[in-house]
Amino acid sequence: MKTLVLASCALLASAATTFAADPIKIAIISENSAISGIAIPNAAQVAADEINAKGGVDGRLIELVLYDDHNSAADAVRAFQRASSQDHAHAVIASYTSEVALALEPWAGRLKLPFITPGAASDELGKRIHGDYDHLKYAFHGYLASAFLAQSVCDAAKDLLVDQLHMKTAVILSEDAAWTTPLDAGYEACLPKIGIQVLDHLRVNPDTTDFTPIYNRIEAKKPDVMITGISHVGVQPTVQWANQQVPIPMFGISSQATSSTFWKDTNGQAEGVILQLVASDTVATTLKTLPFAQAYFKRFGVSPAYTGYTTYDEVYIIADAIHRAGGTDPDKMVAALEKTDWQGTVGRMRFFGKDDPFTHALIYGKDDVSGLVVQWHDGKQVPVWPLNLPGVGKMVFPPFVKIGAAAAK
Amino acid sequence: MTLALQILIDGFAISALYALGATGFTLMFGVSGVLNLAHGGTMLVSAVVAWWVANQAGAYGGALAGLAAGLACAFVTYGLIVRPIQRSRAIPQEEKEIFVLTGTLLWGIMIQEAVAFFATTSPHTVRPLIAGVINLAGVRTPTNELLTAAICWAAIGVLWLLINRTQTGKALLAASINPRALTLLGYELSRIHLLVWTIYGVLAGVAGVLLGAFLGVSSDNAGTLTASAFSIVVLGGLGSVSGSLVAAYAVGYLETLTAYLVSPSLRTIPSLLLLVAVVYMRPQGLLGRR
Repeated sequence: MKTLVLASCALLASAATTFAADPIKIAIISENSAISGIAIPNAAQVAADEINAKGGVDGRLIELVLYDDHNSAADAVRAFQRASSQDHAHAVIASYTSEVALALEPWAGRLKLPFITPGAASDELGKRIHGDYDHLKYAFHGYLASAFLAQSVCDAAKDLLVDQLHMKTAVILSEDAAWTTPLDAGYEACLPKIGIQVLDHLRVNPDTTDFTPIYNRIEAKKPDVMITGISHVGVQPTVQWANQQVPIPMFGISSQATSSTFWKDTNGQAEGVILQLVASDTVATTLKTLPFAQAYFKRFGVSPAYTGYTTYDEVYIIADAIHRAGGTDPDKMVAALEKTDWQGTVGRMRFFGKDDPFTHALIYGKDDVSGLVVQWHDGKQVPVWPLNLPGVGKMVFPPFVKIGAAAAK
Repeated sequence: MTLALQILIDGFAISALYALGATGFTLMFGVSGVLNLAHGGTMLVSAVVAWWVANQAGAYGGALAGLAAGLACAFVTYGLIVRPIQRSRAIPQEEKEIFVLTGTLLWGIMIQEAVAFFATTSPHTVRPLIAGVINLAGVRTPTNELLTAAICWAAIGVLWLLINRTQTGKALLAASINPRALTLLGYELSRIHLLVWTIYGVLAGVAGVLLGAFLGVSSDNAGTLTASAFSIVVLGGLGSVSGSLVAAYAVGYLETLTAYLVSPSLRTIPSLLLLVAVVYMRPQGLLGRR
């Protein structure tokens, strides 16, 4: 009798623990051989460990399932399918490559698995969700759409390049990829509005290794600045720019340059490169930014690429949505995610609604996610914009860069 | 006029690099009969090690370490992959070349993936040995680019001297013509093979380090580097060192002209078309014997 009571108590106890310990599974699909890609699983680990240390979400611990998609949309889709059917993941955080994220979007709809991309930028992500809301509402675009990236660069260019350096002409240099089509369109529209004439627009093959002919062509046009849109290339164009001493500064988006790995990979020849990003390890965008950057650095020895910040925030956002939804039912999660109002490392994070053109994309704005512009100088990312940022520095260019005579006042 | 000079200089440097890489590749085939498809991987390893060591030991230390790494990689390729296949009793003699080809191909992929794992697919650049630029008649050229061309030609020059003016070199030449006859003269073929792999390792190591400083190398490039060396060598004639020199310059200049005058994204197409044309009309290559 006693044994029976004990046995049934043990059984109930273990059943209770099993029930309470039902983990929340988040699948992470990323390009682990890329600087911007490896930051995704790394940052997810940091966030998951922090949340679990505090007891998890309503007693449930977060369990990460990691996949490397090798920068292939086909591999990513297979991983997504596995995450759904075999791992029974409750949410997916995937990729910084727009081609991959766009390939996953319809699968989020077919498998009713909430998915968020922490780094892809193409406008199409939000536009497609808007156009087919009922099917694609499970997808979220957890980064700034290219249109906003272009706007951010133009806003900074107005203050820094036009007002301070009196620049008048530019050449757009971007890689030929899905995310740069709307970015370049944005640049071509907003640059003339701030007084910069676009002299030429070069879209380079991401497989390019020799940028000499490209810089030659740019230099022949004699622009005051090169406005960049690069992510899959970064080291080679930057190093060759420095080695060839191309006298034109680089300003714009350069995703690889968001991490300290870039400074090492270029042997410090990133000196003087100016780039827009959503968070940096030198600026307290919010109270969470620097503690996260330091925790990441302590664990991995490098500063997080831009995707690290957004991934860290999005693990928390998913956890928060599950908490508010009272569980992991996909439709309830989506409804909860849509009501997200989260203070992350990159700013106040909210998503556009179903009536906005970029449905489920991160809202861009001064009080939301506004981004900042930094310049690499002596191994550090020095913030240079917005101008009222505490600790903002002046732009300093390497000696071979010639800033126009009009600016030398 | 400046554009023409720019193309001339830029083309010269890149062709010299191609020539160095292709020379090692063709020598390996000519003397040992080995098509080493881990060629790109060897150059990659040299460049990445040079980058990594340079962070601690400066540009020269890095370059030397890269060279040593290239040599080490060549020896590992020979000792672990090629020689066991060549000596195997289980593989029929006529199939050994294919096995070596496949073995080195797989080994090359392993190297590529290992580098991607440890050092990411991001390109790594080797610190230039001499920084700064030189102005040559209005064309601003990085000094290191000129140094690259000079080193490539010096290496090829030393190789030429070795092959044509030394006893060992004559033995190498003989081995490429008729290895059996060479053994009858008392030469140990295994020593010849070891020598070829040493020369190959040095050439590939130097080429890798120089490429790293000139353009930067990523693990994604390994396959393209092998393919590029392979097509240059086939164009010039498998086994002919002078043929690969000529072909390297033909390909290098074709690519440069295309990149400057047509579009940088189309740079590899004319050289591939040339390769197809030559293989169709003159399959032994421009200066080939075999």
